[in-house]
Amino acid sequence: MARPLGESHKRFLQTMMANGIVDGDKARALHRHCCETHGAQYTPDKLDEFIEVINAQLQPMFMQIRKGLSEEDGLQYYALVNMAETDVTRMSADYADNELELFRKTMDLIVDSDNGTASSTDILNCADSLQTKKLKKKETEHVLNRLVQDKWLIEKQGEYSLSTRCIMEMEPYIRRIYQDQVKVCHICHNVALQCQMCENPTCGIKIHTHCVARYFKGRTDPRCPSCEDFWPHEIPEVYRPPSSQSQSAATEKTTPTPRATGQSRKTRRS
Amino acid sequence: MLSVVLTCSKLLTAASFRVELVSINSRAGGREATALYFQIAWESAPSVNVYTSSIRVSISGSLRRGRSFKTTIGSVTGLNIKAVMSQRKRPSNVQSSQSKGARHSEVLLGGGGGDDDDDDEDVTFTQPSTSQVQRGLARLTPAQVDLKTAEVVQFIFVKDQKKIPIRRADIVKHVVKDYRNIYPEIMKSVGRTLDTVFGLMLKEVDVKNHVYILINKLEPPGGELLNMTPSNPKIGLLFVILGIIFMKGGVVKESMVWNTLKKLRVDPGDRHEDFGDVKKVVTDEFVRQRYLEYVRIPHTEPLEFEFRWGQRADTEVSKVKLLEFMGQLHDQDPQSWTQQYRDATSSQTVPVSQR
Repeated sequence: MARPLGESHKRFLQTMMANGIVDGDKARALHRHCCETHGAQYTPDKLDEFIEVINAQLQPMFMQIRKGLSEEDGLQYYALVNMAETDVTRMSADYADNELELFRKTMDLIVDSDNGTASSTDILNCADSLQTKKLKKKETEHVLNRLVQDKWLIEKQGEYSLSTRCIMEMEPYIRRIYQDQVKVCHICHNVALQCQMCENPTCGIKIHTHCVARYFKGRTDPRCPSCEDFWPHEIPEVYRPPSSQSQSAATEKTTPTPRATGQSRKTRRS
Repeated sequence: MLSVVLTCSKLLTAASFRVELVSINSRAGGREATALYFQIAWESAPSVNVYTSSIRVSISGSLRRGRSFKTTIGSVTGLNIKAVMSQRKRPSNVQSSQSKGARHSEVLLGGGGGDDDDDDEDVTFTQPSTSQVQRGLARLTPAQVDLKTAEVVQFIFVKDQKKIPIRRADIVKHVVKDYRNIYPEIMKSVGRTLDTVFGLMLKEVDVKNHVYILINKLEPPGGELLNMTPSNPKIGLLFVILGIIFMKGGVVKESMVWNTLKKLRVDPGDRHEDFGDVKKVVTDEFVRQRYLEYVRIPHTEPLEFEFRWGQRADTEVSKVKLLEFMGQLHDQDPQSWTQQYRDATSSQTVPVSQR
C-alpha cells in the first residue's frame, strides 16, 4: 500500500505541475519550503525519497517526477513527465495537426544532425513540404516561438534543439521511433543529442558533452573508454552554477532564476 | 450534416480506440463519390470485448447515400464504411447499442477537427441506477476502472490548464465513453485521487448543466512558495478588477472598471503590451474562466453591463487577503473599511482548505 501524501507532498506536486521542470537547487529549496509551510518533518538531502513517495501515488496516473541531466549545462533537473502518451499527441491539446507535424520534422532534423540542432532555415524548408496543411514562413516562426515558450524547444542564435524537459518526457518515444538512428551516450546510456564522438572509424562511440567533462576531468591524456584512442575533442570544464563556490565556465544557465523582489511575474513561462 | 457509420464484420476487441480521418478524396466527373481513408489507433491494449464505441463525426462534403467503401484498417480487415444521411442539423445523439456477442459492432466515428465542446448537450445521459452501476462494475476489472480514472484525471488537467470549466457531457463523451454505466463510480474514484494525490477538488459551478471547475484545497501559497509558482500577468489585471468590485460592495458598472483601468494606463480601447485585447480578456476570457460575471443591466438604453465576482473568484480568492492588499496599497488598516471587512470575514465561513 503506497504511503498517503501529506500536504507538503501535495504542495510540491502542485508547484511541479505549475512549473513543468525545475533545476536541482530550486527543487531542494522547494522541498524545504513545502515541509516548513505545512509543518512536515524536513530532512535535507532526502529529496529523492520525498519524491519517491509522491511518485508511488502518481504511478496509476501515468505521471512521474523524473530526474535528468540537461544537455545544455549538465545540471540536474526535475521534471513532471507524462508516461501515458508515448507520442507527441500529448501536445495535441495545444497544437494543430500541421504544427505537430512540423515539430516531428524538427525532431527528425535534430536527431539526424551531428550537433543536436536544427537551423531555422532547414525547419522553414520542412514547413513547405508538410503532408497536412502547409505552413507559411510567418506561421512557422510563430509556431517555433510557441514551442520555445512552452519549453519544448530551445533556441540559440537561430539554431533549435530539444529542451531538457522535452528529452526527459519523450525519451521512450524517441527511442521507439528512431531506434538505432538516435545517438546514445556511452557513459550514462541516455539519449545523446548534443555530444562528442570518438573519431576512430571502427569505434565511433558518443558521449554527452557534460559526461565528457565529468569523465575526463583532470586527465591530461584523455582516451576513449571503448577503443582507447586519443580523445581529440576539447574537454569542457564541469559547469558549476553561480551559487557554488568554485570557478565556473562562463556559460549561461538556460532557466532564469525567479526574481527575489515581491511576486515573480514572468511574462513568459521560461 | 452527414454521419458516417462504420460497421465491421468482426467483433472489435479493444477497450477503447480512436478512429482518425486521414484523408478525403473527392473524385470529380459529375459523380459525388468520395473515398474515405481511416486509421484506427488503439488507445489501450485489447482486453475486453467492446459492444459499442460512442464516437461520432460530422463530415461536410458530398457522400452519396448508401455508398459503401472497403477499407483495410490496421490488422482489422473486412471493415466497411457506409454513408448514412442524417437530416438533423446537429449531430445525432450517441447511441449505445448493447449488442452482446453480436458478430458486428456499430461504430460512429467522431471528433475530427471541430472543437471539442459541441453545442449539443448529451441529453441521453442520465445517471445510472445503483444496480446498473453494480452490474457494470461486476463486468470490469479494478485495473480497467483505474485506467479510466487516470484518463479522466488527465482530461480534467488539460482543460483546467486553460481554466476552462469542465462539462460532465464532455467527460462522458470523450473519456468515459463505454464505461458510462459506471460513471458515478469513476467520478468517485476521480474525486478521491484529486484530493489524496493533488490536493484538488472538483466543484460544480453549474448544477443544471453539470459544469465543474478544479479548485485548490490547499491554501494559496505565501512567502517563498509564491515566488516559485510562475504567474500570469493577467492575474494582476484580474485582481485589480476584483478589488474594485469588492470595495464597491460586490457589483460595479462596467464604466467604473474601464475608468479605473484607464487611470492605470490600461485602456480597453487599445491593445496592451502584456494583456492584448483588454476588453476581450476582461469581458470574455475572465468570464469564461468564471472569474468574473458580466451581466446586462436591464432597462438600460444604451445597453450597459455590470461586473460581479464569478464563482471561481469566490472559491479561489480570499477576500480577507484582498482587503489586506488594499490596506497596503492605500496605507490603511483593512478594518477601516468596516462594511467590506465584515463582508470579507463573514462570507468565507469555512475556507475550502480547512474542510
